[in-house]
Amino acid sequence: MSGAIASLPAFGSAEGSRARRSARVLPGFNITLGFTLLYLSLIVLIPLSALVFKTFTLTWPEFWEAVSSPRVMASYRLTFGASLIAALVNVVFGLLVAWVLVRYSFPGKKIVDALVDLPFALPTAVAGISLTALLAGNGWIGQYLEPHGIQLAFNPNGVVIALIFIGLPFVVRTVQPVLEDAEKELEEAATCLGATRWQTFSRVIFPSIAPALLTGFAMAFARGVGEYGSVIFIAGNMPMVSEITPLIIISKLEQYDYAGATAVATVMLVISFMLLLLINGLQTWQRQRSGGGHA
Amino acid sequence: MTTKTIRTARKGTTESAWVRYVLIGTALAFMFLFLVLPLAAVFTEALRKGWDAYWEALQEPDAWSAIRLTLLTAAVALPLNLVFGIAAAWCVAKYEFWGKSFLTTLIDLPFSVSPVVAGLIYVLVFGAQGWLGPWLMEYDIKIVFAVPGIILATIFVTVPFIARELIPLMQAQGNEEEQAAIVLGATGWQTFWYVTLPNIKWGLIYGVILCNARAMGEFGAVSVVSGHIRGQTNTMPLHVEVLYNEYQSVAAFAVASLLALLALVTLAIKSVVEWRHEREMKAIAELPPERPTPLAPATAVSA
Repeated sequence: MSGAIASLPAFGSAEGSRARRSARVLPGFNITLGFTLLYLSLIVLIPLSALVFKTFTLTWPEFWEAVSSPRVMASYRLTFGASLIAALVNVVFGLLVAWVLVRYSFPGKKIVDALVDLPFALPTAVAGISLTALLAGNGWIGQYLEPHGIQLAFNPNGVVIALIFIGLPFVVRTVQPVLEDAEKELEEAATCLGATRWQTFSRVIFPSIAPALLTGFAMAFARGVGEYGSVIFIAGNMPMVSEITPLIIISKLEQYDYAGATAVATVMLVISFMLLLLINGLQTWQRQRSGGGHA
Repeated sequence: MTTKTIRTARKGTTESAWVRYVLIGTALAFMFLFLVLPLAAVFTEALRKGWDAYWEALQEPDAWSAIRLTLLTAAVALPLNLVFGIAAAWCVAKYEFWGKSFLTTLIDLPFSVSPVVAGLIYVLVFGAQGWLGPWLMEYDIKIVFAVPGIILATIFVTVPFIARELIPLMQAQGNEEEQAAIVLGATGWQTFWYVTLPNIKWGLIYGVILCNARAMGEFGAVSVVSGHIRGQTNTMPLHVEVLYNEYQSVAAFAVASLLALLALVTLAIKSVVEWRHEREMKAIAELPPERPTPLAPATAVSA
């Protein structure tokens, strides 16, 4: 596994040769690297290894039973399904918001641009209770929907909505810089060659932003899978129906089922490792694509 | 040039007016529904019973102790992650060494670990049944379900913020200025203080405010390691949860409104930092060519 990570090119590896030459000149390599490794070991690596070691104290049948009981399986389906739908919605609307912010001008654009990062800055618990207040049967939005039989809070719909809120900035902020750097000459050439605006978008612009869009999608999805704070308020948390996997870990802990909590957490950790590697790979691909475009 | 020729010249790379209006309208409607309304709801719900009820809710002793604990947590986590972020960015950006990309992946790792898992791992290390549990019990030291655990979990989830901002920035700036300083006889510390720090100050502020927002607002990880003891181990987000579950809606949203204000201040500072940084970059780009921009050699190599 470590081999796979190490084989990814270092970011900014273009500077490699210059940095290597200067390694003798600039002081502080040993102390900064030493401190970085010590800090990461104490805060991240040793605690994470506790999870792995604890998992290995379980026998295989115990582990399997903990991670594949019907209630846990239902939570995987909800967590991954809702994250997938939310990430897809965010791809569409994130691209739209990024496009509008880069290409058009309208009053209040700077405020809208700043507001995109709200889900990064707003604590998840606050987002959770305010979305619930909006969508519950007596809320601003909920009161108009409930008479029509549409329920958005306290069921899986609520999970999707919370995850759309959480994931939006990931897509916008990965697509936005790529759109800004896109070369208008290519579009002009396409138009000169007789392409309609839609053809230019789908054949020229879209392929150039596709890697960034995919990266944003993967980031929003990864964040959604692990999200807890905003979801638990709006989900209703009914077992088998609207219970997310992180909540399963917490309820197992509250019942002092440390082994079960650890087993489910290990599954989550392995999945987030794989998503991290995927995102790293996508970003490398994106850099190569944009690097090739400039050359 | 007449307006007509300008219009036809632009036609090739933009859309007709109604397409533009529809796109802008849809994007703004989406932003309004998903971002503005929830934000507005926080303040409206907090003030539902008027300002008096609002102030009263904020003056509760439990609310105060939650605020104090949140400030304490951020005050410990922030400086530690600041020192870590600078050290990590210095060694990753200024040197080339074996396993560097592995190290950067490792720095990013806390971003992709679910907050709940982040909390759980500290329970597994410091909890009663954990690695250090029996030893800690013997000396009567409480870490999990107490304040130190909350601080540790907060540090974990905010580890990458500052390093993540600084690494690309310092890589783009290269090493020339620092090398010049060293050659001219500056010590390593002077080089950092007078050469590197002024160059990275915007990135640093940016990282610090985002780190602070997350440290004060973290919920999942802290929820696992907190004992949920009112007035003792409840941070502001946890206190919001307790009040909300007790159907004290106004009080819950009153505390939440403080956190929402923090988010707004964070966004405001962040935007100002971005605009100033952009302006400085523009000023550098307009400098005469005898002082090449630090970015130029890097792009030349990669092309």
